Amino acid sequence: MSYEYIKFGPEEKEFISKIEEISGQNIYSCYQCGKCSAGCAFSSRMDKTVNQIIHFIQMGQKDKVLQANTHWICSSCLTCSIRCPREIDVAALMEAVREYILREEPEKVKIADLPKEVIEKLPNIALVGNFRKMTG
Amino acid sequence: MKIGVYICECGSNIAGTIDVEKVASSVETLPNVAVSRVYKYSCSEPGQAIIKNDIEELNLDRIIVAACSPRMHEPTFRAVLEEKEMNPYVLEMVNIREQCSWVHSDINLGTEKATALLTGAVLKVAEMVPLERKKVGVTPKALVIGGGIAGIQAALDIANTGFLVTLVEKSSTIGGIMAQLDKTFPTLDCSQCILSPKMVDVRRHPNITLLANAEVDEVDGYVGNFKVKIKKNPRYVIEDKCTLCDDCVPVCPVIVHDQYNENLSPRKAVFIAYPQAIPASYIIDPDTCLGIEPLICTKCKDVCGPEAIDFDMQMEIVEDEFGAIVVATGLETYPIENIGEYGYGSIHDVISGLEFERILAANGPTMGVIRRPSDGKIPKTIVFVHCAGSRDPAKHLPYCSKICCMYSTKHALMYKHQVHDGTAINFYIDIRTGGKDYEEFYQRASEEEKVIYIRGKVSELIQEENQILVKGVNTITTETVEIHADMVVLATGIVPSEGTLEISKLLRLSTDINGFVKEAHPKLKPVETSITGVFVAGTATGPKDIPETVSQAGRAAIRACNILSKSELEVEATIAQVNEILCRGCGICVSACPYSAIELELVNKYGHSFEVASVNEAVCKGCGSCAAACLNGAINHLGFTDNQILNLIQALSEAYE
Repeated sequence: MSYEYIKFGPEEKEFISKIEEISGQNIYSCYQCGKCSAGCAFSSRMDKTVNQIIHFIQMGQKDKVLQANTHWICSSCLTCSIRCPREIDVAALMEAVREYILREEPEKVKIADLPKEVIEKLPNIALVGNFRKMTG
Repeated sequence: MKIGVYICECGSNIAGTIDVEKVASSVETLPNVAVSRVYKYSCSEPGQAIIKNDIEELNLDRIIVAACSPRMHEPTFRAVLEEKEMNPYVLEMVNIREQCSWVHSDINLGTEKATALLTGAVLKVAEMVPLERKKVGVTPKALVIGGGIAGIQAALDIANTGFLVTLVEKSSTIGGIMAQLDKTFPTLDCSQCILSPKMVDVRRHPNITLLANAEVDEVDGYVGNFKVKIKKNPRYVIEDKCTLCDDCVPVCPVIVHDQYNENLSPRKAVFIAYPQAIPASYIIDPDTCLGIEPLICTKCKDVCGPEAIDFDMQMEIVEDEFGAIVVATGLETYPIENIGEYGYGSIHDVISGLEFERILAANGPTMGVIRRPSDGKIPKTIVFVHCAGSRDPAKHLPYCSKICCMYSTKHALMYKHQVHDGTAINFYIDIRTGGKDYEEFYQRASEEEKVIYIRGKVSELIQEENQILVKGVNTITTETVEIHADMVVLATGIVPSEGTLEISKLLRLSTDINGFVKEAHPKLKPVETSITGVFVAGTATGPKDIPETVSQAGRAAIRACNILSKSELEVEATIAQVNEILCRGCGICVSACPYSAIELELVNKYGHSFEVASVNEAVCKGCGSCAAACLNGAINHLGFTDNQILNLIQALSEAYE
C-alpha cells in the first residue's frame, strides 16, 4: 500500500481548480460510488480506476493523477458521463486531465520525431486528435 | 363438551412444512372434538366467519386455533368468541408456526409435532373454565421522567389532551442535550430558537407541574395507579423571588467548570445554566458553594435584593399517584478517553462532538468563534473522526450511534461557513444519511462547501509541536495517509444516560445488552415497555435524532392518554390465584415474582391470624413463576392450571414415547 501526506496548500488547490476550470465540473460532486469505473469498457487496462482518479483530484494528489494511465486509456465513450448519479461529466474530467498534462508539456508528443512506419500505421484521426489535444 | 379445532395454513408459512390435512384428520377422532377444519388464513374475515358459523350451528363450547404465536392473534380469536357471547378464555391457541413449521424443515417431523401439540391442547381445554377480567381504577395523571426534548414533547402532548402531568428533571433546567446544540441538521435551525418556545410552553401550561432539580426516588403500584416518591433537591434560591438580576454571580468567589459548556468555560457556584433556562431561576451548587454547611461565605445572600437566597432550604419529598409514566431519560456521550489511541484528555485540541457544538454556539465559551482550546487560535485544518466509539464491538460500542454522520457533516459545514479558506476533512467508514433531506445535506456539504470525505478510520492521533498528526487510511485510493491538523473533533458515540440506567432499574424495565430500554416490540410497540403503563420516548431506547425523538414522544403521550382517558382498566384474567388454605406463608413466591405483584398479607380467618400470599391482580403479568415456585401447590395459574399442564405433558409424552 502506498503512502500519502495530505495537505491542501496553494499547489494542491491550484491543481484542483485548474481541472475544475477545464472540465467545467465540480469535482466535489463525486461521492465515490464507483459507477463510472464499474461501467468503463477499459477499466481492466487502467492502472487506477476512474473513481480513484477523481478522488486523487479531490485530494489534490496531482502526482498520483499524472502517473496513472487511466486518462490516456479513456476513449471518451461517455458511458460514465451518462450513468453518473451526480451528473458529473466524467469523460470531460478525463479530457481535462489530458489537457492539463498537454498544457504543461505541449511537446509531449512530437510528430516529427515519430518514425515514418509508425505514422503510416496510425489512422488519420489519431494524428488529428493529437493536434487537437495539443492545442486544447 | 364440544370442541372446534381450526388449523391455519398461513399461506405457505405453515402448510409448506406441515401436512395440515393429516393433522386435522388425526385430531378429528379425539374425544369431545366436534369439528376439525383447515383454512388458508384463519385470521381473515372469512376464516373468522367459519368459526362463528360453527359456534352457532354446532353449539361449540371450546375453541382451539392452531396457527401462529398467541402473541399475534390470540386477541383476534378471543374477540371472535366474545362476538358470539362466549367467554374469551375458553380459547386455546396452538403455535404450529413459530414452534413447528418455521423451525422444522422435515415435513414428517413438523407434522408429528403439530399433531402432538394439538392433541395436548384438546386434553388441556377439557379442564378449561371461563375466566373473568378484573377491573382497576385509574388516576388520570401522568408522570414524565426527564426534561429533554422527548420529555418536554410528551408532557406538552399529554397536557394539551387535558390531563395533568408532572415533569421531573434531574438538572437545574429542562432542555436537555438539545439546549447545548448550536444548529440542528439538516435545516440548520438554531437549536435554542426552536426549543425554547416549547420550554416556555411547559412553564406556562396550567396542566404541567415542573419539578426541576428533582429525582424519582421510589415507584410502587401498577398501571393506572403508580405511587411515586419524588426527591426535590434544594435549589437554595427561591424560584418565585429570584428576578434573574445576576447580582449574585459577580460576588461569588467560587469558580468551577461550566457543565453546560462541556467544561470549556468557568462558572460560579451560584448560576443559571443559560439565559433561557426553565425554571427561570438561579441555583446554588451545594457541592462547591461555601455557604452551605458549614456557612463560610454569604456574599450572594448579602447582595440579593429580593432576598431569594436561602441557605437553609431542605430537600422535599413529593408523593403523588399517576396513571401512566413516560420515561424520557435520554443519552450520554461515550467516554472517548477510553479510546487511548485518540489521545482525548491528553491532547488539548482533540475534542468531542458536543464540545465542538459548544464552541460553535454564540452563547458558548468562544462566543461562537471557532477557536481551539490549547491557544485560542482559529484552526486552519480540522479533522472530524467518525465512529469514535461506535461500530466497534471489540472494544467500545457495537452499534451505530446514528446521528454522528449527520452532526459531523453539520460541524464541517459550519466550520467552512466561518473559516472560508480552512480545510475540513471527515474520516468515515460509511456515510449514513437516513432521514428526510439528510442525503441532500451531505451532498451540499461536499459539493458546495468542499468538505473533504476520506473513507477509512483514523488509527492514531499524535501531538506534534502545536499540531496533531492524524494517521489514517484512504481505502478508496488504497493509501495510508497522514495529515497535520490544527484541531480534531471526535464524533462521539451515544450511550444510555446514567438516569436511563437508574430509572430502568427502579421501574424494573427490561433493557438491552447496552443498557438502553427495551421496547415491548421493536416494530409495533416502539414506545411500550415490559411494564404495562410505562412508556418510553427518545434516546432512552437507543440513538435517535430530534425528529424521531419528537415523533416517538408524541406516540408515548398518546399511549399514556389511552390509559388516562379510561375510568377503569380491565386486567388480564390469566393470572396467579392463591389458595389460602394450602398457602403456608413461606414467601418463596414473593421472591420468585419478577413484577413485585405478590406480598404476604395477615388474615384473620378460621379463628386464626396467619400470613398468606396475596396477588395484586393489576400487577400480575401471568408469567407463572410463583405457581412453579410454590412448594405447596397453593398457587394456581388461571388458564394454565396444574391439571391443564399435566394433560398437555401426558399427550406429548405419549406422542414421543
